[in-house]
Amino acid sequence: MKTKALTRLAFLGATVAWLVMVFSDVTLLFSDLKGLTPDVPMWLPRVTLDLYAICLFYYYKFKIERDESFNFTDLLWQVFAIGLVATVISLCVRLLEFLLGSTKLSSNIFFVDVEYLVNLGLLLSFLIAAFTCWKRLILYQKSKWLIRGWMVFEIALLIVLLSDNLQLILWEWLLTAISIFTGLLALVLSANMKWVAYLNFRQKWTSLLLLLLSFFYLGYFFYTVNRLSDTISLQSTAFLDFRSHVFNIYLFSFVMLYSIFSFLVILFNLPTSSVFEQKLEEVVNFQRISQSVQTEQSEESVYKILLESSVSSVFADAAWLEIKGELEQDRLQTYQITEDDTLKIQLHLNGRHVKGILDQGSDRTRNLSNHLATLKGTRFRSLMAFPIHVKGVKIGTLALLKELPDGFNKEMTHIVSAFANQAGISIENFRLLKEAIQNERYKEELKIAKSVQKSLLPTKLEKDDDFEISAFSESADEVGGDYYDTLRINDHQVGLIIADVSGKGTTAAFHMSQMKGIFHSLAQQELEPREFMVRANQALKYCLERGSFISATYFVVDSMAKKIYYSRAGHCPVLIYRAAEKKAEYLIDKGAALGMVRGKDFRNFVETNTIPYASGDVLVLFTDGITEANSPKGEEFGLDLLKNAIIQKVSQDPKEIQEHLINKLYEYTGTEEINDDYTTMIVKFK
Amino acid sequence: MVHIKRMQEDGTDILAVVGEIDASSSIELDFAIAKSVGEGSKMILVDCTALEYISSAGLGVFMSYIEEIRDKHIRMVLFGLKEKVANTFQILGLADLIHISVNKQEAKKLIHELPV
Repeated sequence: MKTKALTRLAFLGATVAWLVMVFSDVTLLFSDLKGLTPDVPMWLPRVTLDLYAICLFYYYKFKIERDESFNFTDLLWQVFAIGLVATVISLCVRLLEFLLGSTKLSSNIFFVDVEYLVNLGLLLSFLIAAFTCWKRLILYQKSKWLIRGWMVFEIALLIVLLSDNLQLILWEWLLTAISIFTGLLALVLSANMKWVAYLNFRQKWTSLLLLLLSFFYLGYFFYTVNRLSDTISLQSTAFLDFRSHVFNIYLFSFVMLYSIFSFLVILFNLPTSSVFEQKLEEVVNFQRISQSVQTEQSEESVYKILLESSVSSVFADAAWLEIKGELEQDRLQTYQITEDDTLKIQLHLNGRHVKGILDQGSDRTRNLSNHLATLKGTRFRSLMAFPIHVKGVKIGTLALLKELPDGFNKEMTHIVSAFANQAGISIENFRLLKEAIQNERYKEELKIAKSVQKSLLPTKLEKDDDFEISAFSESADEVGGDYYDTLRINDHQVGLIIADVSGKGTTAAFHMSQMKGIFHSLAQQELEPREFMVRANQALKYCLERGSFISATYFVVDSMAKKIYYSRAGHCPVLIYRAAEKKAEYLIDKGAALGMVRGKDFRNFVETNTIPYASGDVLVLFTDGITEANSPKGEEFGLDLLKNAIIQKVSQDPKEIQEHLINKLYEYTGTEEINDDYTTMIVKFK
Repeated sequence: MVHIKRMQEDGTDILAVVGEIDASSSIELDFAIAKSVGEGSKMILVDCTALEYISSAGLGVFMSYIEEIRDKHIRMVLFGLKEKVANTFQILGLADLIHISVNKQEAKKLIHELPV
């Protein structure tokens, strides 16, 4: 907003200054011709011209320098457009003069003066616009010294402007020194042509054309202004002669100088611009290859980009890319060549025992041009091949072909070799990324399995007037397969289960959920424990894969008969503490794990056992994670330590017994990170 | 870590298992037995004298061959089990499904007496 206001103010200032200049200059001229004393001071036209120049300087500064979009041709176009507008206005005035013909007005000195001042204003406007644009071009690649140099140049120009217009009487030699200095500075600054290098071929032609037209404007204005001032000076010298205005000459010279420099530099850069464009394209291609990983493209597209980039970089007539497949077949991508031809060339080289790149064993870049000369029926005379490595292993070959003999040079080798390397890195990154994603997915799966497993364990255990239960279960890092549960069968019977699924991970969690389903459906049927196991085995034999099994023990606690009926299917033995005898013992019985025998005869491998219970007795169920937990020395916790730990706190609540056992276990292993699932369920009878 | 050596002794395949069998090394045991069975051995002795530990996955390997060796009329006997290892077989009920002997002599005697 502020800039806009300032731009308008500057424009207004320039307009006013120009109008005052016209008025005062005409007045002075009139006074001079009539021999009158002028009403306006002699210096007024000059000062207003200065003001006009300064206002325009700021106007263009705000308008052009602040322009965010920066494009070289756009800048030149702006100069051209301003010049065009100025020329059109000037020509209109000319047309008016022509239309008036040889009337009195057209030859009137005042009319000529106004026409002259219009043209002078337009010329200055064009010059300052060009000056501002050149400034942007010169300062395209800024350095500290360049900016300082430019500032000094502007100040020098201002001094010139002030000194010759305000008629400051400076020492002659100082003025000369400043003039020479400014001239030299202008020359040095004009050497800043870096922007030319960034133009592409087309833009260079456009720029040349625009510069040429700008020369035309400059020439036209210079001629017009010169002609008009000549006409006026024949009659009077009391007018604003731009030729006595050193600043104008300087500005004109500088704009002209830089235009000529630019024109010549662009012209001479034309033949090499294709090389620069080529390099730029190489960089872009490089980026495409390295970024293809991020844009979720496939390996296939990396190969495609590699092939395209290489072909365009070395102007190859044909190319192929052979990728050795890991599991699948080898893949071949071709460009302007049939697969048959590819095969023919490969066979030919193999036939001539050319050891090198084309057989998958070699890993060096090779130029095989000489060997192609002997192959008939092919139009190609040059061949260059590159290996593509991923993690140090060669995965493929890139071959480039040309119809010219010796068609490849060293630079081409370098650039394509760089492409091939980059492609290798991209593919490696791509594979790493894929692996990482896979890992992440696997971890996520484990997390889900773990939460599923956790949710399978009961949050509340069955309560009874006769006993109290406390359970504890922890799984290792991976998902485990320990399971325990309780279920009320009827008003005097409660079913308990503890099970351990062989294996780990998602399958274990899956089998565990099956076990839960089986427990909940079978326990309700008031089955005798052996029958429970037989049916569970029957149900599981179709789900468990070969080599998998589930060890389990199923209990029915009968509070009416004060008895426990149980069946053990390959699970750890049960520990029972008899309060009356103050002794604990492991129950010895037989029983094969579920899934161990898949036939009907499983019935023969399990049995129902019955034990009585009394108040104060403790039943301890556990999984092998507890007994097989290792001490730092590598010794197992074992059945004896388990028994001891229970006896130590046997008179306490089951919760306290369980906590004591786990503490003892941690004490023994020296860590809470036990490398297996461990579960215990303690039943204390009241 | 496990190392399995295979020997032939008067028409009997002897697989000597050295080390520990856990989830990952159970694959090697599986390979060894599969190879022996696959090559048509009718009598297989498994020497467990140097077997320090066997996990449930290892037991699963033995378990998975029970039906196959019965169907193919193969006789298999394990011997020289350490107490801890024997206990594991016992608890899981595998001891009732597989023939186990104390030492090599007994095992050789047993394998020839077994009904086909």
